[in-house]
Amino acid sequence: MANKISDETIEYVGILAKLELSGEEKADARADMEKMLDYIDTLNELDTEGIEPMSHVFPVNNVFREDVASCIDGSEDTLANAPLKKENSFKVPKTIG
Amino acid sequence: MDITSLTAVELGKKIRAREISVVDAVTASLDQIERVEKDVHSFVSVDREGALERAARIQEQIDDGRITGPLAGVPVAVKDNMCTKDMTTTCSSRILENFKPTFTAEAVRRLEKAGAVIIGKTNMDEFAMGSTTETSYYGVTRNPWNLRHVPGGSSGGSCAAVAAEECPYALGSDTGGSIRQPSSFCGVVGIKPTYGTVSRYGLIAYGSSLDQIGPIAKDVTDCAAILEAIAAHDPKDSTSIDRRTYVHTTSGKVRSGGKEEVCPAGYDFTGALVDDVAGMRIGIPKDYFGKGLDAEVREKILEAVRTLEERGAVVEEFDLGLVQYAIPAYYVIASAEASSNLSRFDGVKYGYRTEDYEGLHNMYKKTRSEGFGAEVKRRIMLGSFVLSSGYYDAYYLKALRTKALIKQEFDRAFEKYDIIIAPAAPTTAPELGKSLSDPLKMYLGDIYTISVNLAGLPGISIPVGTDSKGLPVGMQIIGDCFEEKKIIRTAYTLEKTRTYERPEMINNMSKKKEPAIGRKGEDDQCMKGGRA
Amino acid sequence: MAKQYETVIGLEVHVELATKTKIFCSCSTEFGGAPNTHTCPVCTGMPGSLPVLNKQVVEYAMAIGLAANCEITRVCKFDRKNYFYPDNPQNYQISQLYLPIARNGYVEIEAGSMKKRVRIHEMHMEEDAGKLVHDEWDDTSLVDYNRSGVPLVEIVSEPDMRSADEVIAYLEKLRMIIQYLGASDCKLQEGSMRADVNLSVREAGAKEFGTRTEMKNLNSFKAIARAIEGERERQIELLEAGKAVIQETRRWDDNKEFSYAMRSKEDAQDYRYFPEPDLVPVIIDDEWIEKIRSRQPELQTEKLMRYKKEFDIPEYDAKIITGSKHMADIFEAAAAICGKPKKVSNWLMVETLRLLKDHNMEPEEISFAPENLAKLVELTEAGTINNSVAKEVFEKIFLENIDPGVYVEEHGLKTVNDEGALEEVLKKVIADNPQAVEDYRGGKEKALGALVGQTMKAMKGKANPGMVNQKLREMI
Repeated sequence: MANKISDETIEYVGILAKLELSGEEKADARADMEKMLDYIDTLNELDTEGIEPMSHVFPVNNVFREDVASCIDGSEDTLANAPLKKENSFKVPKTIG
Repeated sequence: MDITSLTAVELGKKIRAREISVVDAVTASLDQIERVEKDVHSFVSVDREGALERAARIQEQIDDGRITGPLAGVPVAVKDNMCTKDMTTTCSSRILENFKPTFTAEAVRRLEKAGAVIIGKTNMDEFAMGSTTETSYYGVTRNPWNLRHVPGGSSGGSCAAVAAEECPYALGSDTGGSIRQPSSFCGVVGIKPTYGTVSRYGLIAYGSSLDQIGPIAKDVTDCAAILEAIAAHDPKDSTSIDRRTYVHTTSGKVRSGGKEEVCPAGYDFTGALVDDVAGMRIGIPKDYFGKGLDAEVREKILEAVRTLEERGAVVEEFDLGLVQYAIPAYYVIASAEASSNLSRFDGVKYGYRTEDYEGLHNMYKKTRSEGFGAEVKRRIMLGSFVLSSGYYDAYYLKALRTKALIKQEFDRAFEKYDIIIAPAAPTTAPELGKSLSDPLKMYLGDIYTISVNLAGLPGISIPVGTDSKGLPVGMQIIGDCFEEKKIIRTAYTLEKTRTYERPEMINNMSKKKEPAIGRKGEDDQCMKGGRA
Repeated sequence: MAKQYETVIGLEVHVELATKTKIFCSCSTEFGGAPNTHTCPVCTGMPGSLPVLNKQVVEYAMAIGLAANCEITRVCKFDRKNYFYPDNPQNYQISQLYLPIARNGYVEIEAGSMKKRVRIHEMHMEEDAGKLVHDEWDDTSLVDYNRSGVPLVEIVSEPDMRSADEVIAYLEKLRMIIQYLGASDCKLQEGSMRADVNLSVREAGAKEFGTRTEMKNLNSFKAIARAIEGERERQIELLEAGKAVIQETRRWDDNKEFSYAMRSKEDAQDYRYFPEPDLVPVIIDDEWIEKIRSRQPELQTEKLMRYKKEFDIPEYDAKIITGSKHMADIFEAAAAICGKPKKVSNWLMVETLRLLKDHNMEPEEISFAPENLAKLVELTEAGTINNSVAKEVFEKIFLENIDPGVYVEEHGLKTVNDEGALEEVLKKVIADNPQAVEDYRGGKEKALGALVGQTMKAMKGKANPGMVNQKLREMI
C-alpha cells in the first residue's frame, strides 16, 4: 500500500508549517514523506481497537499554580533577543487590520 | 597527576581536599579543549573567560564552606539545547545563532548550585533531530575513538567531550536514544532517567512527551552523583514528578514477607552503587538480539550478560513483542510535537530573521526555510502532515494507541524481570557521511532505544568493550519506571569487573602531556565556537 | 409575495477572567502598562519555557459552567491549536478542543415579552493573544505581549438565536451571570468580553440550516446589532440572486457598516489540534464541584426576587438595580447601614440614573461609597437637611464621594428649626406680599405655595418646609 503525496499536498503542508521548499527540496520532501508514511502504515497491522490513546505515560493530574502575581517588569528580557524592535515592541511586517 | 583523566567524583574529592584548585581543574579542561577541539569539535561554544571567573568564585564558596557537594568545583559541558543565561544557546541551528537566553534551565541551575563550573555548550544534531551529530549547522563532531567515525547523536558533542576528556562530565538530552546511543559509540556511561525525573524547564523542546535530560560521564558512580544533583521536583514543569512521594502503580508496590509495601520512587541514586546483583532477574528480549544486530556487538553484550550471571543474576530470554512498531509510532509522535514546538522560531522574537521579504508570511517562510536544516524541515513537514485535517486519527491517535500497547508490553515484562538488557545500537559508530543519505535507515538505528522513551522508562548505556575496528560497544540496561536504582546497581556491578578504556588519541596525548598542576595557561588564546 | 427569511445565529463569546495572574505564568493581568512590561519567558514563548496552569482559572470556569447549567467535564485536558500569527508568540494557542471544561448547558433569556432558552454547546479555557498596533510611520506592525496569556473562557452557544434582540439579551444575560460571579468585568469596549457571530439565513419554515459565516471584530452591542442586520441582508441578497453563501470568516467594519472576507491562501484554517504535552489533565471530582457550587453567590434572578419580597421594591426598580452587580452591591450595603432600603432604592432609581445619564456613565462606573449614601438618607430622614439640599449634597456624593455629614456641617446647610427666627422671616414675607395673602384668604390654596417659596428663598433653602407651611397657615 504505497502512499502517493501530490505536489499540492507538499505545497499545503508548506503553508501550514511555514516552510518554502525549492523545486528539488519539494521532490525530496515528497519522496521522504511517501517512504515514511509507508513505514508508518505498518502500524495498521496492529489491532488498537478499544485502546485509549496515551499522551501522558504517568497518571499525574491537577498540577496548578496559585493565583499570585510577580510584579517584575519583564520587557527588557523579553525584547533582549528581538531581531527588530521599536517602542518596547517587536517589529513585524504589517498585518491586516 | 593527569587531572583530565579523573572522573567527576574523583576530581571533586581532590578539590574539596585542596589538592587541586577549581581554577586548575577548569584550566585543565580548557587546555584539553584547545588540544583536541580541532579534531573532535565537541563544542559549539566555549566560555573560557566566564568559566575561569566562575571557578574563582566557586573556589571562594568551597573555601568558606558554602558549597560542599561531590560536584563542587568540577567543570561540566552542557548540550546546546539547554538554556544558559547570557550564554549563546543554539540547538546547533542557524535559526538560533546568537540567541542568548534570559534564564538558565532548571537542571543546569541545580548543577550551578552544586558548584559546577560550566565551560561550554556542546554540539548536537540540530534541535536533537538525528543520530550522528552531523545535522549540526556548526559542523560535525568526530568520534575521539576514530576521527573518521561519528560520535552518535544527538548528544554527540557531550559524549565526545567526555570521551576526549575535555570535561569530566556533561549533560545530554534523550528523546529517542540521544544520550544512550552516543554514549555507547563513545565508550562512556549515560543515563536517560524516568520521564518526569529531571525538570525540562529550559530544555528547548523537541518531543515534549519524550524529552529527558540526563548525565554523561566516565563511570556509573559519576552518573549516579550527577543525576542526584539534577533530579528534583520542579513546580515550573507540570510534567515533573515528585519522587519523594510518588508511588508508581507497578514498581511502587513491593511484596516482602507476604505483605505489600509502598515505596516512593525517591532520589537516592548514589545509594544504589552496590557491587552485587545476586538474585537480580534479567530479561533478554529475543527480538533485540536477532536480525539486524551486528555480530560483534551481540557477542560483547552477551559476554557482559554472562559476567552478570556469574555474579548471581538470573538471566532469561523472553519475547518483548511490538518491537517493530516503536519506530513508526515514535516518528509520528515526535515529529508532530516537534512541528508545533518549533513553530515559535519565526524571526519575530529571537534568533535568525531573513534579510529580504515581502510581507509577514513571506518573512516567516524565508526565515524558517533558511534557518532550519534539511532533517529538521523533514520532521516538521511530516509532523504537520500527520496532524493535518483528515489524518489526525489515522496517524496521531494510532501512534498514541500503539504507545499504550508498547507500555503494556513493558509492564508485563517487568512483572517477571527487574531489568531488561538490550543493545544501545545495532552497530558501533558508523563512518562520517554514511548515514544521512537514507533517513529511514538512520531511524532504524534507534530501534533499541526508542521504545524506552515511549514508555517513559529509565535506561543506562555502559561500555562493554570494543569491536575489531577498535570502536566501543555499549550495552543498554532498561528498568521499570522509577527503578533507576536497579539499573545503576547492575551497571555498577558490571563496571567493577572491567577497567575504563580511553580512546587511543587521548591515551597518547596524556603520555606526552606534562602534569597540569600549577601550570597556568599564559598564552592560551580564547577558543570560540564557530561554524566548521 | 417576497420570500420570508429566518436568521439563525449562534455565538462564540470570549470572556477574560478576573484572575490576578495569567493562565500559565505569574505575570499580572492588569490592563494597560507600557508594551511588554507584563511579560516573562512563558507568555512570550521563549524557547525552553513551560506552562503551569493557574488554579483560579479552572475555578472561575467551573463557576461559570455551573451558573450556565453546564455539565462539568470530569477529566478535562488542554490541546494545542496551531497557527502562525505574530500576536501568538508560540505560534500555537493552548486551548481545549477534545475535552473542554463544560458542556451542554443553557441560559434563559427574555427578548421583548418572549422567554426562551439558549443552549450552550460547550465552554473551554484558553489563553489570550498579544496586541498588534499598526505603526503608520514605517508601515509595520508592533507586537505587545502584555495581554498574551491572559485567561479566557470561550462560550459556544447552539444556533438558537433568531434576531439581534435575542443575541443582545443572551449577551446581557451572560454578562450578568459572569459579573455576579466576579469571574470577569465583561467590558466589551476594553475587550474583556468579545463575541463572534455565526449567522445563516433560511427560508421561513425550512428544516435545514443555511450556510453560515463567522463575523469577528464586534466591539459593542450596537456593532453586533448592525453587523447582524448587515450580514442578514448580504446573505439574503446572495440567495435572491441565486448565488451561494460561502462558509467563511468575515471581519465587520463598523464605520463602513460592511463585512469583508478574511480569506487568504496563507490562512489554511487547519489548526492541527493535538493534546498539549506540557500540561497534565485536570481531574474534577464531586467534592470540588460541590465546593464551587457552595461558593456561588446569589445571581441576578434570585436577587431580584429577594428585593421584591424582602424590601418590597417594585419589579421594575429591582430589575434596574440588579441589572448591575455594582449597583446592587451599593444598594445592599447602603440599605444595611441605614435600614431604609426603599429610600436607598429611590436615590438610585431617580438621582443616580439621572446623573449617570447626564455624565454619560455606566452603572459600573459609580464610585461613591455606600456609607455616604446611607448617611445622606439618615440626614434627610432625621430632618437635618431638607430634600432640595439633599439633592444638592447627593450630586456632590456622586461626583466627589464626599462625606455628607461633614459637607452639610461645613457649608451650613442644616435645616433651621428655630421658630423665633422663622417667625421673623414670615412676618416680613406676609408684609411684603399682601396680594398673595389676600388670595389665600380668598380660598386660593395655590397662593400659599408662593409664600412658602418666598420664605425658603429668604432662608437660603435651609428652612424645614413642613414647619414653614404650618406656621404660615397659623399666622395668616
